[in-house]
Amino acid sequence: MIQSDLNIILPEIVIAVYAMLALLGAVYTGKDKMAGMLVWLTAALFVAMAFWIGATGDGQNLAFGGMFVEDDFSRFAKIMVLLAGAAILLMSQEYMTRMGTLRFEYPILIALGTVGMMTMVSANDLMTLYMGLELQSLSLYILASMRRESVKSTEAGLKYFVLGALASGILLYGASLTYGYAGTTNFAGIIASAEGQAPVGLLLGMVMVMIGLAFKVSAVPFHMWTPDVYEGSPTPVTAYFATAPKVAAMALLARTLHDAFGGVVGDWQQILAVLSVLSMFLGSIAAIGQRDIKRMMAYSTIGHMGFALMGLASGGSFGVQAMLIYMAIYVAMDIGAFTFILTMHRDGQPVTEISSLNNYANSHPTRALAMLILMFSLAGVPPFLGFFGKLYVLRAAYDGGLAWLAVAGVIASVIGAYYYLRIVYLMYFGAEGETLDAPRSPVLWGILMASAAVMVIGVINLFGIEGMAQAAAATLVN
Amino acid sequence: MDNVLSIVTFLPLIAAGILAIFLRGEDEAAQRNAKWVALVATTVTFLVSLFILFDFDPSNTGFQFVEERQWLLGLKYKMGVDGISVLFVLLTTFIMPLTIAASWNVTVRVKEYMIAFLILETLMLGVFMALDLVLFYVFFEAGLIPMFLIIGIWGGKQRIYASFKFFLYTFLGSVLMLVAMVAMFTDAGTTDIPTLMTHEFASDGFSLLGVYIVGGAQTLLFLAFFASFAVKMPMWPVHTWLPDAHVQAPTAGSVVLAAIMLKMGGYGFLRFSLPMFPVGAEVLTPLVLWMSAIAIVYTSLVALAQEDMKKLIAYSSVAHMGYVTMGIFAANQQGIDGAIFQMISHGFISGALFLIVGVIYDRMHTREIDAYGGLVNRMPAYALIFMFFTMANVGLPGTSGFVGEFLTLFGVFQVNTWVAFVAATGVILSAAYALWLYRRVVMGDLIKESLRSITDMTKRERAIFAPLVAMTLLLGVYPSLVTDIISPSVEALISNYETALADAQTNAVSQTAATSH
Repeated sequence: MIQSDLNIILPEIVIAVYAMLALLGAVYTGKDKMAGMLVWLTAALFVAMAFWIGATGDGQNLAFGGMFVEDDFSRFAKIMVLLAGAAILLMSQEYMTRMGTLRFEYPILIALGTVGMMTMVSANDLMTLYMGLELQSLSLYILASMRRESVKSTEAGLKYFVLGALASGILLYGASLTYGYAGTTNFAGIIASAEGQAPVGLLLGMVMVMIGLAFKVSAVPFHMWTPDVYEGSPTPVTAYFATAPKVAAMALLARTLHDAFGGVVGDWQQILAVLSVLSMFLGSIAAIGQRDIKRMMAYSTIGHMGFALMGLASGGSFGVQAMLIYMAIYVAMDIGAFTFILTMHRDGQPVTEISSLNNYANSHPTRALAMLILMFSLAGVPPFLGFFGKLYVLRAAYDGGLAWLAVAGVIASVIGAYYYLRIVYLMYFGAEGETLDAPRSPVLWGILMASAAVMVIGVINLFGIEGMAQAAAATLVN
Repeated sequence: MDNVLSIVTFLPLIAAGILAIFLRGEDEAAQRNAKWVALVATTVTFLVSLFILFDFDPSNTGFQFVEERQWLLGLKYKMGVDGISVLFVLLTTFIMPLTIAASWNVTVRVKEYMIAFLILETLMLGVFMALDLVLFYVFFEAGLIPMFLIIGIWGGKQRIYASFKFFLYTFLGSVLMLVAMVAMFTDAGTTDIPTLMTHEFASDGFSLLGVYIVGGAQTLLFLAFFASFAVKMPMWPVHTWLPDAHVQAPTAGSVVLAAIMLKMGGYGFLRFSLPMFPVGAEVLTPLVLWMSAIAIVYTSLVALAQEDMKKLIAYSSVAHMGYVTMGIFAANQQGIDGAIFQMISHGFISGALFLIVGVIYDRMHTREIDAYGGLVNRMPAYALIFMFFTMANVGLPGTSGFVGEFLTLFGVFQVNTWVAFVAATGVILSAAYALWLYRRVVMGDLIKESLRSITDMTKRERAIFAPLVAMTLLLGVYPSLVTDIISPSVEALISNYETALADAQTNAVSQTAATSH
């Protein structure tokens, strides 16, 4: 019995054991001197795990009395989380080494956070949910304040911690209410007790759980931490915040809503629709006035989460599929965009003012072109992949009877197009003037180009993830 | 040549890729190479596209040269042309080499300039050939990106304002169309355009937020598409992006914008609005007709007051597009034939007019009308060509401008006499602003000191105008060249439109009968 349970969570165990061994090993040997090697090792482990999960996973497996589930959906999300984590690690190394901020804890914390995320997407019980969420969150709080000597970074970590703790508290309270009314913390039990007429207490519990998770995906009105934390954290960490945890939290939200509260779709649909429309509009409008590109990307994330929520709000299996595809495309775009931000240097110092991009295309035409593609893709302009993500969620929303949400979404995307265009305008139409340093890292160059190429080539067949996302969504909604 | 359409569409893109990858450096040789590659690529595209014309069978009203492949989300990569679209394809491939040749004096970022135009050509051709809703949308919208860059990088002083206005204005119009497309996809279960043309969208009226909507879903869908095409066309009162974009764009950008991109709106009306939402179109026909009539008169008056030559021609374009929408929504043979004819002929004439402005702009770097006068003394050839296209713009019989205006007015007269009456006054106004412009720029004595040394058109410039003059004259004296190709398809379009309307009417009548019983 325990043997088969352990088999199911083997990937998580491997990464967790690796993280602890690496921690001990690094402490007793070279400490920060080991950091560079650990980064590569962790990234390699992530990629290996992603392939392993993709190659060996099959069917639906329950572990620990139904607390932990491993199915197509969780595998899809885990692969995304792992690959995003690996990409972020590769991006970080060169940048952090140059800044002298690469510590050996960094890859280890990312590994532990990743274990947390993998647990989240496999959660089939409120306890597992909370455990995964906290493991992930605690790792992220520390990552945000990685640069101990920087006031901004510690402030970001503290802010994130306080607000995150509040959200966790609300979520926990909701979980206890749910437990009280359903009599069980298992998703299968909760959905059975909510059949037909759900008690008010259960709905209240659901709303609070949703609030906790909405905080993690930074959906409006629970987004306040996002811009400050994004701005204050070291840039590679910001890139990490914008990608893997968002996928995990979104997947967890989908899992909880469909598996635990699938009996009251009508109730949570409205909440999601409101969160979605608020996020899309706030994300688009507030980004316009930003001067710092990291803050701008924070609002961009909020807007994109609004679109992903639009897919989820439609309620059906196609909605989940659309959400997964949207998230996959979003992660690919954001990795590219943050890679670009990592290369923004002037006189050896990193800069994040948007205005510093002035005249960029003259000095770095290839990079500017890649960034142009990414910006138009983020804005959702065809023929780039970002448009197809939007097409999926719009279709899902319309099919789910939320035509008004689809109309609101496209209008928000026009408003949002303005600030993405502004970057293009600065790079290409800007006046003559001094430009940024020429970056030298081949790794960053490679990731940026790969991300831009994905936006163009993916249009042909989405690299086949359509079918995978469909299978994943089918296991969740039946 | 089974996939001649894809070849024609993607040839310029391949050339752009070659330029991007293999051409290095910014020296004079590299610039010359970029220009030649672009010119050869667009010319070859034109020659290949002639195959489409020769193999095209006008009597067949269905889609020809159809190619089909599966794509994601149940969409298809499907291309094809019929009598309505084939001439737009030819117009595009015909105009593009001329615009490249007209850009020979560009010296800033030449490689990128040529790449932008080549990509733009691919996207414009795709618009006219796509037979899948989303594929159409992708081409339609993607064209904004190169145009945004063309205006923004190589434009005039106010280029940033103009490029943002152009992009956001048209983007806002199109996203509503996107939602409508999603709705159609859900309703009909397919995005295949030929299938959608035969699909009957619900036309029962219903109340939305307390407003009763006659024609129901069809009217809403029609309005969503209308938002996009009316902006693109552009129709009064959503035309305001056009003068800004035209004035700030480089000459070649203006030519492409006026000669081809504006036609996408008219093409959209013919491909989507009329055949797919006949009831919605019927309900809104009076509105569209009057908007067109107002556009013709109002923008002609505005054109009279302009001091910038490009702006004047831009407003004249809006007025001429008014004839197009009027003809389309007259929904009879003469009206639609005339509308298509007008679009083709306007492609040659407005393109030529923007090139004419470009010729003197290249020499004097100003477009102010007041800065010129008496050019005939130094530039006789220029004066002659300008004269010719001024007359074509006015609609002098013997030029192609006349045929389009006459047919659309004739078509509309049968539907709504008052609209025809108002629109006909526009013909007089167009003569007023066009001739007055000619008088101020070309005629009179050469008194401006700065113009003393201006030179006449070079061989290259004359060569660019020669094909345009030929086409304008040819279509003017022998319009059947065009109408023979388009008429059968237009006839089929109209008969389908009328059948659909009659069906909807009987349905509505039988439903009222059923409810009253």
